[in-house]
Amino acid sequence: MGKHDDQLDMKRREFIGKTVLAAGAATVAPGILLTVARAANETRGVTSAVRWGMLIDTNKCADDCTACVDACNKENGIDLVQRPEGASDADWNAQRPQWIRKVKLRDMATQVVTTLPMMCQHCEYPPCVDVCPTGASFKRADGIVMVDRHICIGCRYCMMACPYKARSFIHQNVENQLVAVPRGKGCVESCNFCVQRIDAGNTTTACQEACDKAGHKAILFGDLKDPESEITRAFKTHNSRQIRAELKLNTGVRYIDV
Amino acid sequence: MRSSTGIKRIITGLIPGGLLAVLSMGVMSEPATVGVVTPGSKAASSEACVAPTEEMRRNHMDYLKHDRIEVVYKGIRDTEFGLSSCVECHAAKDDKGGYLPINGKGQFCDSCHEYVAVSLPCFQCHRKTPAEQGASGDSAMTGSNPHRLGLLQSGGGQLTLSADELRRLHVMTLEK
Ligand code: SF4
Ligand code: SF4
Repeated sequence: MGKHDDQLDMKRREFIGKTVLAAGAATVAPGILLTVARAANETRGVTSAVRWGMLIDTNKCADDCTACVDACNKENGIDLVQRPEGASDADWNAQRPQWIRKVKLRDMATQVVTTLPMMCQHCEYPPCVDVCPTGASFKRADGIVMVDRHICIGCRYCMMACPYKARSFIHQNVENQLVAVPRGKGCVESCNFCVQRIDAGNTTTACQEACDKAGHKAILFGDLKDPESEITRAFKTHNSRQIRAELKLNTGVRYIDV
Repeated sequence: MRSSTGIKRIITGLIPGGLLAVLSMGVMSEPATVGVVTPGSKAASSEACVAPTEEMRRNHMDYLKHDRIEVVYKGIRDTEFGLSSCVECHAAKDDKGGYLPINGKGQFCDSCHEYVAVSLPCFQCHRKTPAEQGASGDSAMTGSNPHRLGLLQSGGGQLTLSADELRRLHVMTLEK
């Protein structure tokens, strides 16, 4: 893995994109102009001027702490999914939905142990979206990757395609869902950066809030495209990396000291 | 064989004829009265729904679909229409004051959907009762639709359409 492969602004598809755009402008110029004019009028909703991301400092992540996981389970109603009667530990642990999980890494050479929270990495080029046969798996303009449950058929291709084991399938009927987080049997879901909070103008995710409150401050959420944001400034001063950067997915979540 | 086909023909001829009779009788009867809302629901004390009742009856599914696209893809959450607002306003309470699932037998959504035999899968994922106050995760919701009123709903729970209501339903359908 070369250092230059691990860039935030990946340009490798730009050339093809520009070529296609130029050809399009030459042949259907009025159509293109129309599209641009309409886009300029659209002031509401998410925009690609923002890309949400996260920086996780593994040095600050405490071994025995699960504050982020607990907060996520509560915020997103994951704790409402009850263990089916008679399910074994193995089945339940394999099948329960999990948007964020604590992962422990041991360097076999040095025996150094690192703990970190792992969730959907909000890839710029998400394999889950590539493989989805229905278009249910999609990336919002602001970089948040999520599933449109209205369209998802529960085929679970995306679960197989995700290199980070970020997605869960809902195996059972759910009752008393949160209004902001609908959930039912037969769809796949994953971390969506607490999209209901972000859309309401909140600037932190539930996991960051919980981690801060627990005094660890290992999680930093923010806008990767804002040069003034705390996260962008932290990127400049810390040596962070993507997990499995060789896949060139340009993840929105990066880690310090892994 | 022959006679049974003949009888069928007579019956199929009678049905549209009967419908027409009901319709024309309706047209001559007294002016439209206001439909009945689920008793005890918030909607019962509201002036009007987010759109005129007859418009809601006919178009609610399109409004919901349009706005769900705004919400899911564009993150616009203060949309004019939303399923949670329907539930918020139209859910009825049981004797003990707890909310009844809105898609339950004879309840607001179910009554019409059963009548017209249209399946109602929304509530496989969406919450069937108004949100409990202070539930986590719902803190960010901005549902604030002040005026709502309901669909045809009889006090007994089961949907019954009066001749007049049936007339208005058909007039509406024929007009558009
Ligand atoms: S981490 Fe997995 S679920 Fe998230 S965007 Fe990437 S491939 Fe999709
Ligand atoms: S499970 Fe749903 S989101 Fe995933 S690939 Fe299949 S249809 Fe797409």
